[in-house]
Amino acid sequence: MEGNRLVKLLLKDKLGLIGVALMIFFIALAVFAPLIITHDPQTQNYSSDGKLLNMAPPSSEHILGTTKMGRDVFSQVVAGTRVALVVGFTCALMVTVIGTVIALLAGYFGGWVDDFLMRATDIIYGIPFLPFVMIMVAVLGPSIWNIIIAIVLIMWRTTTRVIRSEVLSIKQRTFIQAAKLNGASSLRIVFRHVAPNVIPLALVFGSLAMGQAIVTEASISFLGYGDPMLISWGKILYDAYIAHAITEAWWWVIPPGLAITLLVMSGFFVSRSLEEILNPRLRR
Amino acid sequence: MSGLPWFIGKRILQAIVTLFILITLLFFMFRILPGDPTTMFVDAALPVEAREAVLAQFGLDKPLHEQYWLYMKNFIQGDFGMSFTSREPVMDVIGHYILPTVFLMGSTILLAVIVAIVLGALTAWYRGTKFEAIVVSIALFFRSAPIFWIGMVALALLSHRLNLFPIGGMYDPGKDTSSFFGTYFNLEFIHHLLLPSIVGAAYYVANPMLVMRSSMIEIMEDDFIELSRAKGLKERHVIFRHAVRNSLLPVVTEIALLVGFAIGGQVLLEVVFNWPGIGRLIVDSIQRNDYPVAQATFFLMGVIVIFLNLVSDILYGYLDPRVSYK
Repeated sequence: MEGNRLVKLLLKDKLGLIGVALMIFFIALAVFAPLIITHDPQTQNYSSDGKLLNMAPPSSEHILGTTKMGRDVFSQVVAGTRVALVVGFTCALMVTVIGTVIALLAGYFGGWVDDFLMRATDIIYGIPFLPFVMIMVAVLGPSIWNIIIAIVLIMWRTTTRVIRSEVLSIKQRTFIQAAKLNGASSLRIVFRHVAPNVIPLALVFGSLAMGQAIVTEASISFLGYGDPMLISWGKILYDAYIAHAITEAWWWVIPPGLAITLLVMSGFFVSRSLEEILNPRLRR
Repeated sequence: MSGLPWFIGKRILQAIVTLFILITLLFFMFRILPGDPTTMFVDAALPVEAREAVLAQFGLDKPLHEQYWLYMKNFIQGDFGMSFTSREPVMDVIGHYILPTVFLMGSTILLAVIVAIVLGALTAWYRGTKFEAIVVSIALFFRSAPIFWIGMVALALLSHRLNLFPIGGMYDPGKDTSSFFGTYFNLEFIHHLLLPSIVGAAYYVANPMLVMRSSMIEIMEDDFIELSRAKGLKERHVIFRHAVRNSLLPVVTEIALLVGFAIGGQVLLEVVFNWPGIGRLIVDSIQRNDYPVAQATFFLMGVIVIFLNLVSDILYGYLDPRVSYK
């Protein structure tokens, strides 16, 4: 299916439209973050009589209140959008590329190549995801890139399994046989003829991967292994949790969690909608 | 050769190979740590002789390949060394934490599966209605939300504000936990178990629910459902006696996968609800640099995941006659 038609169908679907709209909203928030934030997210704010604004409720000055250290919650959440999107998109891209290439090679070449790559996939399926990322980050040091690498090392497995079965069925189609008869090289067939046909399905799992990566980064930050130099939504929640803010400062706890939920949901919506476009039997 | 026994044998063999590779991975993961690897396995506070004794026990004074074999041998014999913090054998430490995890995970999954089957069936039956849209949206909301955040909000609302549930932990402070039945089979324990189970179930329900829904939709197009209706059977009777029963197959496989997937969520759930299980143990042990406990807990979680993948594969092959065993 062509890219243009796919996008058109996606925007026609109600779920797909909501998903894309949410994603664009967050991208805009991330791009224009410096213009949107009302305060420096790391600066401690004081009231006019010089007292630290310790968990001050929302006001016209701080629309989502302040943290225990007197930092502006709204600005922190907006700044956190950047980290979430970088993690989400980088992981989704890497997972999709790595997962799809492995699936193409395994599915198309079959034999020992397939056996070897699929056993490797099975092994990755045996690794508990979150604990693995936690240990890797503890070992390599808490930086955002180490978190991304650890996430990608595990997450390609899902894409590979699904895309491989798709490759197996595409391999049997006549146009592939025709390309073979024309004397096209194997690599050319795989990447020029098979690959374009699995891209839509790869996108289904790519948008799921985006959400899963964002939640995983948030979880790692919540457990205290987040990048100490960055403000991520998970880190804001970690700070709130450590400060026992759940009982006193809802404005500190609700916004970052809701932001994660909405962004992850947008990934689900796009994914489900793409899946229905590709497989019309799923439609109501 | 083919057939079910062959298929199962092959899968078990694969699981064992995966287990070996997991141990190897652990061996290297804990040795690429920056700095002297011995400090990772030997408590720095130990006196020199004791330190050397531990080094010898784990063969850390030997070359790497010999270390590897010793490591393997210790793992297979279930000897994971001594905890740095509690100075007990690691297996004993894990022993204290395993049951709470089993109970919490068990009740979470059970709740999720029951709700998933009921809601999956209903959303399929009433598809295209407002009811379906609302249920699917709510399920997707909880599936998208970070489990620890839902836990925090639930604690704030239901425990702190409304005082319906305890604020975490497994029992009230000062509880006598010396007997197994006294600890786990009483109302107080169930009261503490309830909220984390509900939060966990809310997170896990979407996947099996959507699987149940798709499976139901497929079954409902079958002729025998038309026939039951034509016979004049009541709608409820048709749903629960005929459609649901025949739709359960893919859900069974999904459950085994769900449990494997639930391990990560379990870690977060236990941290938020202060639940003394292996999820919190792994977080605490990494934080305290208690590496023997951390790697043993990680290994145990890997064993659980590998075992459940195996079960799910075999169930899938066993229950669905369309799958051929190769």
